[in-house]
Amino acid sequence: MQGMFGQLINLFASVLLLLSFAMLAQRRVVTLIDLFMLQGATLVAATTVVGVVTHQPHLYLSAALTLLLKVALIPWLLHRVIRQLNVRWDVETLINIPTTLLLGIVLVIFAFNLALPISQLSSSVARGTLGIALAGVLLSFLMMITRSKAVSQVIGFLSMENCLFFAATSATYGMPLVVELGIALDVLVGILILGVFMFQLRERFDSLDIRHIEKLKED
Amino acid sequence: MTFLGAISQLLAITAALLLAPLLMGWVNQWRAWMQNRSAPSLLQPYRMLHKLFHKESVVAEHATPLFRVVPYIVFGAMTLACGIVPTLSTELPLAPAADAIALVGLFALARVFISLAAMDIGTSFGTLGARREMLIGFLAEPALLMVLFTASLISTSTSLTTIVETLAHRELAIYPSLAFAGVAFTMVSLAENARVPVDNPTTHLELTMIHEALILEYSGRHLALIEWAASLKLFAYSCIGLALFFPWGVAEAQSPLALLLALPVLVIKLAIGGIVLALLETINAKMRIFRVPEFLATAFLLAVIGMLVRILLGG
Repeated sequence: MQGMFGQLINLFASVLLLLSFAMLAQRRVVTLIDLFMLQGATLVAATTVVGVVTHQPHLYLSAALTLLLKVALIPWLLHRVIRQLNVRWDVETLINIPTTLLLGIVLVIFAFNLALPISQLSSSVARGTLGIALAGVLLSFLMMITRSKAVSQVIGFLSMENCLFFAATSATYGMPLVVELGIALDVLVGILILGVFMFQLRERFDSLDIRHIEKLKED
Repeated sequence: MTFLGAISQLLAITAALLLAPLLMGWVNQWRAWMQNRSAPSLLQPYRMLHKLFHKESVVAEHATPLFRVVPYIVFGAMTLACGIVPTLSTELPLAPAADAIALVGLFALARVFISLAAMDIGTSFGTLGARREMLIGFLAEPALLMVLFTASLISTSTSLTTIVETLAHRELAIYPSLAFAGVAFTMVSLAENARVPVDNPTTHLELTMIHEALILEYSGRHLALIEWAASLKLFAYSCIGLALFFPWGVAEAQSPLALLLALPVLVIKLAIGGIVLALLETINAKMRIFRVPEFLATAFLLAVIGMLVRILLGG
């Protein structure tokens, strides 16, 4: 039974990695949000399975929190923002997508190598997935770097948070509940602030391209 | 080489030669049905081959001998490929001659020669087709290799028969690495067999054609051989896919009974695979040619992820 749960966690971890790459390759903002939602759902499933295996009730709570926040509330907020800003257009990338994907592979190899000695120290059932979580974090970083539009950068930030969360779950069976609640609140507030930021950006420059901010220095 | 081995090898090649056009006809039929068109007969590819073999073969004036030889090389390469893929039995005397890497090389050999032949005449269409074919080929090959390497990692061997034996005997478990490899393999085979998201096998529109542009100058028995080789390639790819991801039912033991059972199992698996292919072709739109590198980069990426996941998770 333990073996099957281990396999399930591995499967969810692989799906998470796949979704990270899908987000990296995605051109449309609308689909990007849907992918983010899927990533949240996968995270919920993975957290629940880890909770079942290790009999840690607080993991159910954090899964429920993730479901509420990252699968329902934040995607809904993001959908509303892009509808109001009318930015359903194609995402503008700084490097072309095949190159980004190849860079992503390099990052994944780096993360896997980095995580290997760490995961050997851990006794968790999901220790193998630490490398994937780390890779997800780096891929989200890459996404934030290669995108020039504010909305996709925000999604990159959120996806990074998802992967960090997964790293915590897989390495140490989750952070203390207080910390998790704090992070959840932080993310929510962050989204609200970034939403305001996007509207301001739009009002000031009539575009969501964050490269415009560099111009402020010249004035 | 045992007697039974020789028999099964012979049977595998004969089955490939006979079933390949049937598979083509099956896919065409289902595709027509799914697109609400009246379907051609299942035997249409055979009639086509029969017609072409009885026609005169016209060769351009400036053609070099290479142009005449290429159909035979391509046909031979594809037949050998079908011979070394374990379709019916893993007891294949030819199998030690070529492992998974050599198999990819065999496909590459056919591709190089057909591209050379296309450029040989010097028409613009041939050159255009050859360039596109090489573009797709050089992107698809590493992805295909990575898929095969993922399977090789699981079975610690690059020999196709060993891979199939190991995969057929594993206990039932979730292998994320094989799932990734499976998706990557599907994408590569669509590209390599000139199927819809990459190339439309039924079109002769100069803006989009790839495979048809290559063989535009061929006629008569040469064209028949190339068409037959194309269907053999589809057959070989389907069999590789089945062998890697659904290896159950391939005969292993030295028993004629298992061999007899393997044939209907193979036909059923191919029939289902053909329907899936027709479905994939129906629900996808053909993509722009400059999107193809992205498509194949994704396939490569999936295959590499599969391999990495295998290394990290052992699954």
